[in-house]
Amino acid sequence: MEIKVLKNILSANDEIAERNHALLEKNNVFAVNIMASPGAGKTSLILETIRRLKDKIRIGVIEGDITSSVDAEKVGKEGVPVVQINTGGGCHLDANMIQTALVNMALDDIDLLLIENVGNLVCPAEFTIGDHKKVLVSSTPEGHDKPFKYPLMFHTVDVVLLNKIDLKPYLDFDLETFSQAVKGINEKVEVFPISCTSGQGIDRWLSWLLIQMGRKP
Amino acid sequence: MHELAITQSMLDIVLEQAERAGAERILSVKLSVGDLSGFVEESVQFYFDFLVKDTIAEGASVSFTRVPAKARCRNCARVFTLKEFDWSCPGCGRDSIEITDGKELFVESIEVE
Repeated sequence: MEIKVLKNILSANDEIAERNHALLEKNNVFAVNIMASPGAGKTSLILETIRRLKDKIRIGVIEGDITSSVDAEKVGKEGVPVVQINTGGGCHLDANMIQTALVNMALDDIDLLLIENVGNLVCPAEFTIGDHKKVLVSSTPEGHDKPFKYPLMFHTVDVVLLNKIDLKPYLDFDLETFSQAVKGINEKVEVFPISCTSGQGIDRWLSWLLIQMGRKP
Repeated sequence: MHELAITQSMLDIVLEQAERAGAERILSVKLSVGDLSGFVEESVQFYFDFLVKDTIAEGASVSFTRVPAKARCRNCARVFTLKEFDWSCPGCGRDSIEITDGKELFVESIEVE
């Protein structure tokens, strides 16, 4: 006997993600899912964001890594609450891991939750976690053809931060081709060239973020 | 890369549906998998064979229907199959698209007895 099922394999994950989202909403916490390749600058972006915003809003961080707590320690030094998730080989954060992490985060004490996903452009695009906005940190050394190689990731996010723009003079990186490819597959996405080292473009990112949170930039 | 987690979720769905139907044995599972999903079929079969031990799905086969990645041109509305490293429309040549197919990842049906 054949039974028609037609059920999304990730539906169990999606249901937990919806519960995470509801919990964040209830506590007035705005959550941002930060995704990127390894080494693109996720942690640098988080550190820069904390340094520039911590006098304005209360920030918490969830650090997702395959192993180690190096990033969590760096972030902890900025004086904000951090919860570390070690996926133990897992290539992405899933809704269940975030659900557990949220239990350990004092949601009453924060307005903004920055979630650093595992460095990977494939799997994090498929697993919802309950965030409000999705950020992709891409970087100039990775090349301008990344959108063509990882269409689902570029299609999924709300903003693309092109990091290490200060290195562009030394690289064969075509900003026009990159931006066109990103916009081609994601009409609504914003693309901001930034540098966490020189500070270029960070203000635009922070303005965008504050506007999404319903605050004055 | 995440086939173990996906296979476990898939098996949960399959076992739940089979139980609901009062099935004694699951013979086969049909999955629909979009080309844009990062999904390696061989790994799924491998994990499946491992995870089904001592369940009513032991020995069941898994088959896949691949769904090609398709897009709709935002300029002329033509729907076309996406090529790698290119999203220009074969009709009008513009390269602004809306993905229509290829993200699928679901259990289509199961065969039980």
